Amino acid sequence: MKVGLFVPCYVDQFYPGAAIATLELLEKLGVDVQYPSRQTCCGQPMANSGFEHLTGGCNELFIENFSAFDYIVCPSGSCVLHIKHHLQSDKNEAKAAAIRNKVYELVEFLTDVLKITNLKGSFPHKVGIHQSCHGQRGLQLSQMTELVAPSFSKPRYLLDMIAGLEIMPLDRADECCGFGGTFCVAEEAVSVKMGKDRVADHIRNGVEYITAADLSCLMHMEGILRRQGSPLKVIHIAEILNGECTV
Amino acid sequence: MKTTDKDHAALANEFNKDAPRVDWHDETLWWVRQKRDNAVKKIPGWEELREAGSQIKNNVLANLSGYLKQFEANAQANGVHVHWAIDAKEHNEIVLELLQSNGVKKIVKSKSMLTEECNLNEYLNLNGVDVIDTDLGEFIVQLANEHPSHIVLPCIHKKKEEIGELFHQHLGTPAGNADPVFLTETARRHLRETFLTRKAALTGVNFAVAETGEFVVCTNEGNADMGAHLADIHIASMGIEKIIPKRKHLGVFLRVLARSATGQPVTTYSSHFKTPRPGASTHIVIVDNGRSKQLGREDFRNSLKCIRCGACMNTCPVYRRSGGHSYNNAIAGPIGSILAPNLDMKKHADLPFASTLCGSCTNVCPVKIDIHDQLYKWRQVIVKSGHAPVPKKAAMGAMTRVLSSPVSYKVAGKLGRLMMKRAPFAVNNQFNPWYKQRELPVVPENSFGEWYKKNRNNKPKDI
Repeated sequence: MKVGLFVPCYVDQFYPGAAIATLELLEKLGVDVQYPSRQTCCGQPMANSGFEHLTGGCNELFIENFSAFDYIVCPSGSCVLHIKHHLQSDKNEAKAAAIRNKVYELVEFLTDVLKITNLKGSFPHKVGIHQSCHGQRGLQLSQMTELVAPSFSKPRYLLDMIAGLEIMPLDRADECCGFGGTFCVAEEAVSVKMGKDRVADHIRNGVEYITAADLSCLMHMEGILRRQGSPLKVIHIAEILNGECTV
Repeated sequence: MKTTDKDHAALANEFNKDAPRVDWHDETLWWVRQKRDNAVKKIPGWEELREAGSQIKNNVLANLSGYLKQFEANAQANGVHVHWAIDAKEHNEIVLELLQSNGVKKIVKSKSMLTEECNLNEYLNLNGVDVIDTDLGEFIVQLANEHPSHIVLPCIHKKKEEIGELFHQHLGTPAGNADPVFLTETARRHLRETFLTRKAALTGVNFAVAETGEFVVCTNEGNADMGAHLADIHIASMGIEKIIPKRKHLGVFLRVLARSATGQPVTTYSSHFKTPRPGASTHIVIVDNGRSKQLGREDFRNSLKCIRCGACMNTCPVYRRSGGHSYNNAIAGPIGSILAPNLDMKKHADLPFASTLCGSCTNVCPVKIDIHDQLYKWRQVIVKSGHAPVPKKAAMGAMTRVLSSPVSYKVAGKLGRLMMKRAPFAVNNQFNPWYKQRELPVVPENSFGEWYKKNRNNKPKDI
C-alpha cells in the first residue's frame, strides 16, 4: 500500500509539527508513506471565495503529484473535503475521479482503512475536541447534533486509546469556530466573536488542550487564545496520537 | 423605514460593537435551536419525515404549473377569487385595487413574509391605506419603524425593556414597565379595537392544497383567524411555491414546521380557509416575483422547497452573531442568502459570503435544502457575473499564480516566513484584519517540505 502524504499549504508553512506527527504516526503503523515535494495547495482558498474557475493549475498539479498512490492521506478534513468535492480536470478526468475516491483525512484513514484498534501513547491532560465542520459535517467524522441518528465520533474513538487523556464535554458539541477561510478576514468581527465563544466553552469546561483534525480552526482559536494570554493550548490530533508531543 | 447600502460585514461589525448584546442574541436563538432539537428527538422517524417533506416538495417543483392550475380551478369552484401577480409591483397594485374598489382605507395584516418581500406596507401607506401588523412581533417592529429581523420571530433582536419603552412612547404604558404579560395584554387590547373596525384582512399562506383549493395558515396567536373572520374581505398572498398536492401531505408538513421553527409539536392554530362565509369575499394573490426564474436555475431550484420555518437562522452561528438586519433583506440568514441573489445579484452579492459554510443549516432544514452547498455555488455565480470586489479579484489572481507553481510557492513561503520573523510589523499591523484581535502563528524555522528534505533523504524520489 503506497500512501501519498498531502500536507496543506498553511500546515507546511506554519505547523510542520503536525505534518511530521502525521508522517511519523503512519510510518509507525507500517505504512509506506511518501511526501511528493512538488505539492502546493488544494485550491480551496480560491474556490471558497468564488474563484473555483481559477483552480485549474492547482488541480493539475495535485493530479500530477498524487495519481500514482493507492491512498492519499492528509491531516486536514477541510482540504480533503475540497478535493473530494471539487477536484476536476479537463485533461485527466479519470485520474481526478480516482483521486476523489482515494483521498482520506488522517482520522478516517486510521479508523476506516487501517482499522486500528489500539495505539501506544500517553497524554495526561484534559482535552476538548473541536469538531471542525468540514471534517464533521462534510466527511462525517462524527455524528452531527442536528440529526436524529446514533452518535459516533472517529476522533474520540482514537483519543480514547491514549492513556491518561480525559475528554471534557462541551456546552456546544459541534458549533463552528468561525474561521471559514477568507471569512476570517472578510467578516472579521463575526469570525472573531465565534472564535472567542468557542474557546470560552473549552475554558468553562476545564479544558487544557483543544484538539481537532483541522489546523485552520486551531490556528484561528490559537490566535485568539494567545492574544488573550490564555494558558489554554491547541494541538493537532496527529500530535497526540503520535505520542511525541512535548508535555 | 431604515435601509442601507452597507454590506453584511459592515453591519455585522456594528452589531458586534456591543458584545454582551451579541451574547444575549446568540443565546436566545441557541435556546430556540435546543428546543427544536428536543422536539425532533421526541418523535419517531424524524429523518424520514424530512425526507418525505423534501420529496413532496421536489414533486411540486417538478409539476408546479399543473398544480397551480389545479389549485386555481378548485379555489374558484369554492367561490374564491384568484389573482396572478408576476412581481412585487403587480402584487401591490392588485391589493390596492381590491381595497380601493371596496372603499377600504385601513387593513389588518398577519403572517406574511411575502408582503415584506414586496414592501407592501410602504406602498399602501403611500397610497393612503393604513396597515396594522397584528402579530405581536410584527406589531412591535412596526411601532419601531423597522423590518422583521427573523421570519418567525420578527422582533427577536429587541429586549423586553426596549419593547416597554416603545409601548410607553406609542401606546402610553407606564415608563419602565417591561413586564411581558402586561405588554402583551396592552397590545392585545389595542389590537382588539383595531380588529373590530377593519373591513379588510390580509394574511399569508403556509400551504395551498391543489386537490381542494383550500389554503392553510399556521399561527400561534390566532390573529390571522381573528382578522379574516371579522373582515368583509380576506386577501391571502402566496408565492407560487406554497403549493402542496394533497391535503394528506399536511400530515408531513404540519409536523415538521413548528418543531423546526420553535420546538412546538404544532402551531397553536392551523387554520384551513376554503369557502368564503356568506356576505364576505376571499381573494388569493399568487405571486411569482422571481420564483420561476429561480426554478429555472438548476443549482438553486430547490431553495423553493423552503417552508419558512427559520430553523436555519436559529442554528446559524453567523446569523446569531450578526443579527437579522445585517442581511439587509426581507428574509435573513442562510435561506435569505440563497434566495436574495436571485432577486438582485448585485445588491445581495455579499450574502452568500456571510457564512463559514459550516453546514448546520442544511442539517436542520426540514425539507432538506442543500443550503450551504448553494451558498458555495452562488459565490461562483456572483464572481463570474463580475460582482466580486476589485481588491479581492487581484488577491485571488496573485494567490492562484503562486499556488499553481511549486517553485514560486516555495519561494513565496520562505520569503513570507522570513518577513514575519524579521519584520513582523509588516503583517502585525492595523491593516491586517487577522491581527486586529488575533495573533499570527509562531513562524517555524523550517517548512515541512524543508524538514522532509533533510530528514527523509533515504526515501526514493517522488513517484
